[in-house]
Amino acid sequence: MPEKLRLGIFKFASCDGCQLSLLNAEEELLELAELVEFAHFPEASSRIESGPYDLVLIEGSISTPEDLDRIQQIRRQTDTLVTIGACATAGGIQALRNGANHDEFMKLVYPHPEYVQSLATSTPISNHVSVDFELRGCPVDTGQLLQIISDKLHHRKFSVPDHSVCRDCKLQNIVCVSVARGIPCLGPLTQAGCGAICPRFHRGCYGCFGPCHQTNTDGLTDWLIKDGHSSSQLIPLFLNVNAEAPEFARTAAQLIRQDSAEGESDE
Amino acid sequence: MNDFQYFRMDQFPDFLRQLMHSGYRVIAPTIDQEAIVYAEIQSIDDMPRGYTDEQKPGYYRLQHTGNQRFFDYAVGPHSWKRYLFPPLQLISTSIKSQDGWTFEEHVDEGESYAFLGVRACELAAMRIQDRVFLEGAYVDKNYQNRRKASFIVAVNCAVPSANCFCTSMNTGPKCKSGFDIALTELSDGFLMEIGSSLGNEMVTPLGFPTATEEQLSESESVSDHATEQIKKTMDTTDLRNRLIGQLEHSHWQDVANRCLSCTNCTMVCPTCFCSHVEEVPDLNQERVDRRKSWDSCFNPGFSKLHGTPVRNDTRSRYRQWLTHKLATWHDQFGESGCVGCGRCITWCPVGIDLTVEVAALCEEEP
Repeated sequence: MPEKLRLGIFKFASCDGCQLSLLNAEEELLELAELVEFAHFPEASSRIESGPYDLVLIEGSISTPEDLDRIQQIRRQTDTLVTIGACATAGGIQALRNGANHDEFMKLVYPHPEYVQSLATSTPISNHVSVDFELRGCPVDTGQLLQIISDKLHHRKFSVPDHSVCRDCKLQNIVCVSVARGIPCLGPLTQAGCGAICPRFHRGCYGCFGPCHQTNTDGLTDWLIKDGHSSSQLIPLFLNVNAEAPEFARTAAQLIRQDSAEGESDE
Repeated sequence: MNDFQYFRMDQFPDFLRQLMHSGYRVIAPTIDQEAIVYAEIQSIDDMPRGYTDEQKPGYYRLQHTGNQRFFDYAVGPHSWKRYLFPPLQLISTSIKSQDGWTFEEHVDEGESYAFLGVRACELAAMRIQDRVFLEGAYVDKNYQNRRKASFIVAVNCAVPSANCFCTSMNTGPKCKSGFDIALTELSDGFLMEIGSSLGNEMVTPLGFPTATEEQLSESESVSDHATEQIKKTMDTTDLRNRLIGQLEHSHWQDVANRCLSCTNCTMVCPTCFCSHVEEVPDLNQERVDRRKSWDSCFNPGFSKLHGTPVRNDTRSRYRQWLTHKLATWHDQFGESGCVGCGRCITWCPVGIDLTVEVAALCEEEP
């Protein structure tokens, strides 16, 4: 029996949902435990082992001064570091504070903001340390998560499909919610991996797996605006869990500019 | 000359029962997710009745007409390739044992499907995929089995959509060959054309009468009326050479500015046949499934060779798709790869209309 893979799972600013995606792999967990030593997984076990780790999965974004140190310490003890989920990969929903007035937000949310140590930005892990692979999604897909662990176990190159959500809709007989119902959908711009779960339930994709490689956000927003949607309606589509993904951030900023220009011309 | 018979609307269930009693699972239009899609039916009550569809570039809406007609709509998001060339196929499995690896090939013997409601453009699409999968050095046995096991009940279009242009591609709206039975919905029943000996065997026990001259002429007027309603056109004159002569046209970039490279057009196209094969291991790497699934030339990874995609932007990917479909398909298979069904226009989430793009691309640049 080869030595078990030492796995560490660490949490930064996040909701724990991506770690739950691993615990949701109920059928595979026992088999996984045969192959992997869960050396650091506080969400699942109070037994905590120190590093070094063969594989570390990072959930969450960097949002406090303490995070800045902790991520460096983890990286130093880690052979292969994989970020899991939109927070760790793109800053998460909490990155909406980036560029806004952080102090004002603090005052609005906390009665005593002076007790809270928080950075003015929420940033992806890759802004701070080198990352070997990024797994997208809010939350990540259990199948992709298991695949990454298996890839590391068997020394395979990390790889996940890079096509859009649309292909997954079509493969599963899901009728396009955008064409047949007029629901704005980010599916054509968004990387697959979720199994097209939102369109399957007749709602538009909200882009939780982040932009596809070479995505054309302008192509979609131009069409939707021509189709009668206003800029202000489209802004929330992009200001979501992947708001800091560069293509979505640029598009949101552009829509905000258009919206304020429209507002001025109305007056 | 094929044999023409007639049955009344109230005999439609008898026709369907005959298909089922002959051992076929009947796949027909049904309503699901606010669209007309192909799925298995048990009775004619499972089929849409009194519905039509409104189609425009990037737009599809189902509409209730309130009449009692079965086939007053054009093609929807599905095509029959879903059944003949399924989107996900398990090709083989490798299992590790103490003696080494064993390899097991999965053969699809072909489900006995009766496809009810196949339109003329879809018959043309089946012929095109037959050429791709069956004619040539490499025969796809699973496709062959599925195709052989299928029984085709075609329907002549009565109400085309605004995105139909089969008349330009010379594929419709009337079914000419490639079916076992072809139906035309008349005011009080169906004209039934028998197109094969298999079709003849199927309907003989039903004892339907030979069609009258009036019924034949009513059927002709249904098809004539459908033809008149088709307004979209594509000029196919020397199209192969005209497109190949425009590979550096600035309009390719104009399309690329709008195209999302999302693959929808290729997924809904009834002739697009690309797939990719991947090995999917289990956690222990003791069982590996080899899976084949639909792929698209719009996926960046599709043209990946030694590390980087050959077609690394949407401009070159759109150009590849359109020139293959309409130009180099002729070189490869001796015909166009487009049947004029209009699905790529309707189901494009940003309404890109290939007939409009082709017209622009064929205009000389100043």
